[in-house]
Amino acid sequence: MNTPFRAPGHGRVDRDTTLSFTFDGTAYTGHPGDTLASALLANGVHHVADSIRYGRPRGVLAAGAEEPNALVQIEAPFPEPMLTATTVELYDGLVARGLSGRGRLSGEPDTARYDTMHAHCDLLVVGAGPAGLATTLAAARAGVRVILVDELPQPGGSLLGSQERIDGAPATRWVGTVLAELDDCADVRVLQRTTAFGHYDDGLVLALEKRTDHLGAAAPAHVSRQRIWRIRAQQVVYATGAHERPVAFDNNDRPGIMLAGSARTYLNRFGVLPGRQAVVFTTNDSAYPAALELAGAGTRIAAVIDAREEVPEHWRTACAERGIGIRAGHVVTGTSGIERVTRAHVAPFRQGRLGGRQGIGCDLLLVSGGWNPAVALFSQARGTLRYDGGIGAFVPAHAPDGVRTAGSAGGAFTLSGALADGVDAARQALSALGRTGGTIAVPTTAPLPDGAPTRVLWRVPSPQDGHDGQDGSKQFVDLQRDATVSDVLRATGAGLRSVEHVKRYTTIGTAHDQGRTSGVMASGIVAESLGVDVADLGPTRFRPPAVPVAFAALAGRNRGELFDPVRVTALHPWHVEHGALFEDVGQWKRPWYYPRAGETTDEAVLRECRAARTGVAMMDGSTLGKINVRGPDAGILLDRLYTNLMSTLKVGRIRYGVMCGVDGMVIDDGTVIRVAEEEFLLTTTTGNAAGILEWMEEWLQTEWPGLRVHLTSVTEHWVTIPLVGPRSRDVLALAAPGLDVGNDAFPFMSWQDTTVAGVPARVCRISFSGELAYEINVPAWYGITVWKALHTAGSAFGITPYGTETMHVLRAEKAYPIVGQDTDGTVTPQDLGMSWAVSKKKPDFVGKRSFTRAENRREDRKQLVALLPADEQVLLPEGAQIIATSSIPEPPVPMLGHVTSSYRSDALRRTFALALVRSGTRRIGETLYVPLDGRTVPVTVTDPVLFDKEGTRRDG
Amino acid sequence: MQLIACPWCGEREEIEFHYGGQAHIAYPDDPYALDDEQWAQYVFFRDNPKGPFAERWVHSAGCRRWFNALRDTVTHEFLSVHDNRAERPSRTGTAPAAQHAEGQEAGR
Repeated sequence: MNTPFRAPGHGRVDRDTTLSFTFDGTAYTGHPGDTLASALLANGVHHVADSIRYGRPRGVLAAGAEEPNALVQIEAPFPEPMLTATTVELYDGLVARGLSGRGRLSGEPDTARYDTMHAHCDLLVVGAGPAGLATTLAAARAGVRVILVDELPQPGGSLLGSQERIDGAPATRWVGTVLAELDDCADVRVLQRTTAFGHYDDGLVLALEKRTDHLGAAAPAHVSRQRIWRIRAQQVVYATGAHERPVAFDNNDRPGIMLAGSARTYLNRFGVLPGRQAVVFTTNDSAYPAALELAGAGTRIAAVIDAREEVPEHWRTACAERGIGIRAGHVVTGTSGIERVTRAHVAPFRQGRLGGRQGIGCDLLLVSGGWNPAVALFSQARGTLRYDGGIGAFVPAHAPDGVRTAGSAGGAFTLSGALADGVDAARQALSALGRTGGTIAVPTTAPLPDGAPTRVLWRVPSPQDGHDGQDGSKQFVDLQRDATVSDVLRATGAGLRSVEHVKRYTTIGTAHDQGRTSGVMASGIVAESLGVDVADLGPTRFRPPAVPVAFAALAGRNRGELFDPVRVTALHPWHVEHGALFEDVGQWKRPWYYPRAGETTDEAVLRECRAARTGVAMMDGSTLGKINVRGPDAGILLDRLYTNLMSTLKVGRIRYGVMCGVDGMVIDDGTVIRVAEEEFLLTTTTGNAAGILEWMEEWLQTEWPGLRVHLTSVTEHWVTIPLVGPRSRDVLALAAPGLDVGNDAFPFMSWQDTTVAGVPARVCRISFSGELAYEINVPAWYGITVWKALHTAGSAFGITPYGTETMHVLRAEKAYPIVGQDTDGTVTPQDLGMSWAVSKKKPDFVGKRSFTRAENRREDRKQLVALLPADEQVLLPEGAQIIATSSIPEPPVPMLGHVTSSYRSDALRRTFALALVRSGTRRIGETLYVPLDGRTVPVTVTDPVLFDKEGTRRDG
Repeated sequence: MQLIACPWCGEREEIEFHYGGQAHIAYPDDPYALDDEQWAQYVFFRDNPKGPFAERWVHSAGCRRWFNALRDTVTHEFLSVHDNRAERPSRTGTAPAAQHAEGQEAGR
């Protein structure tokens, strides 16, 4: 296939191998080593996409991550949106198309793997150009642990795109020698295709390694496609290079307009001539090598337009030898062309005035407005910047500890300067590490001819100035956002004075490229417009990620089932086998209910409730938090943390307890059993186990370190099985023949160590339903044996497994609150009607003093009550508001409280709810209203305990 | 991701820790000797200085030990960490807000 723009004898692509790819429906070929952009340019394709706002044709402006224009969507082999053609490595079978600013996420699940690596090093070097390689080599010779990350497929950075020489040979030979030596260093890790994108606290740098993207369909499935490196570095050197910036002039967006240095890269790295006839527009010396190298490879350079009056003698001579004319003191004012630039309009520009225009035909317009050090990561690391008027760019000023730049990232734009700076950065980093050695001789380079300073020029005045492009011409600042000089002037005209505000008003710098080619230009134009010094305005703030990173890569393996740890009890497989549906409670999977074939949720829960109230039922209560409290002062600690008295509890007995914060609000409840004279075991709400342990440790360690107590979480040591219902005693008697299950021998709120189903067990007489109930605790390893044995023993009584939904209904019928559902951190024990659980004897405990605060003694506090809807079938939504009137008044509507729990009750044969209601206790008997679906539902306020208020059922 | 130097375990990533608010706020010796306003000062009110601040932290995903730290609330830098039984470091005395805290503690 014909690739007409491949330059013979240039470039580092492998011409012996041909790769086929498709772009916008047309088949093309390229070679290994190409990017999608270089392969398109080799085929003469400049028009990559149309712009997002104006639909103008756009081409390839740059050769790397700074590319603002050439966004593509990859369709095959795996769909991926929003990539720059300049960074997509070409592979066989690539199918892509140009994007107008917006990509489209694939509807297909991504089957690739992504993972994360953690690494530590003494020195992290970002960028494997001349400076970064010099730094790495010097540090490696000192024997420190070095990681070198570089975004390109091979090291060399800018050297890959130049014809420069080091130590008298092509620079890439030096690169090869350095790499060979680094390869032999056990403590040096070199990561190619790896882009550092974020600098965080304490030397943490995140980098994205693209491991198999370049292999296309040939990528092995067992290798992760992308990897996030979390690198913790003592010292970081940013050798991130510099980005060339364009100059704004009329219609500076046509395909065929390219940064001069990028054209040089296309020639020298990819062997591609971006055009046949070029005009070069520059404000500095760096475009001359581009012009001369392209001329040497066959591009006709129609003219070099240099905005400066003085052009160094060296470049004048070199251009004259090539027959290239230089027009000093001239600028490009605009362009012509439809799909591609065909003509550059050139005019003298002196004392701020444009002279007469002249057109020069071209199919390539190279632009260089100077270079911006790539300081995004340095700046993220809180390095400060200062404006250097000599180059018209922001350069590093003050570096934070452990961070420095090297090479052109710090403004050292010459090769010799970059190499020397790289060696110096290594010396400083080693010194900071307290290491010696590691000096290397700075490699030698050809002596540089005298240069001339850059003329800082952000934009060329437009003949359209003041007419706002009535002829359709525009001066673009941010090509991706289609934002123009007029947009910037509109922002400053509207009174905006900060570049941050202008950025948000115009969206300049907010695209995928983060304004690498537009940000400083925008600052310059704002400064000109306001008549202030750009040094005082600064650039906009740099934030991570410096390059777009896929969420899949950030998630790594933490997706799907591994997104969050899942905790299951020892009985989990049984629940699954018996068709349980599960509810997430914190990280726990708890059986929600066990529907039978054809049963609805309501039917299943009503059936489970009926079994517990009329026969026997069992549930998995293993997730209850369990904390072992041991030591001579255990009782004292519990007395101080619970509202009621625990130290008087006798061994063998159980007490319900409530914990409050110092503000007097309920934070948890549960049972406490006294295991031995100096040992208690307490339970916490499932979701609160870790928090309560931390709460107890906090008081123990920070307030009462003298108490001789140890706290141990034993939640997962035990399987806990509540056996509930009038027939529970019969079932337990069968399963524990050695245990006297009678009320006298085994009264309510006591516990016994015994044997259940042949397994040592601790059985507690606790009830969270009001029914006769036993809670059987066995070591978790034996849990499934005991569960099955109880299930078998209960089969004659129709034993029914039940889940959390039934548990909630049963406890709500008895008004046992769930902390965190019926409370919300503003509820005291008194509000819950639990004054009985608050000790009057103890001189103090956590929360007690707050009970007497005026606010907590108000009679119109919200108190826990039950609500009975007048319509016995209406189920109030939890969270529903409660009002006093049957019609909803004008807002603000006075709210009396809200529904905290709401269920259908089998025992009551109706719906009911618990609610926190202002002055609720006093309102018992009143009718209130709950707005629901555009109407109000009348509800009767009642005492919260709706079932067996006398407690006649707990002893069977 | 900041590194926090646990006095017992050494440097660990910040996600292993929980914040415990201002340090050196002791539980009052006799809560019932305080009027509601004085008690509310203990329960609800904490300093919020710009600069060095003596704080409590707990290494909850590590050794579970509480410790005190002096941290700059502007830079987030941990200036020092301390066993929580140690005296408050004198450097807090440089911040006016911290002096206020001292007065508060003395007044309990």
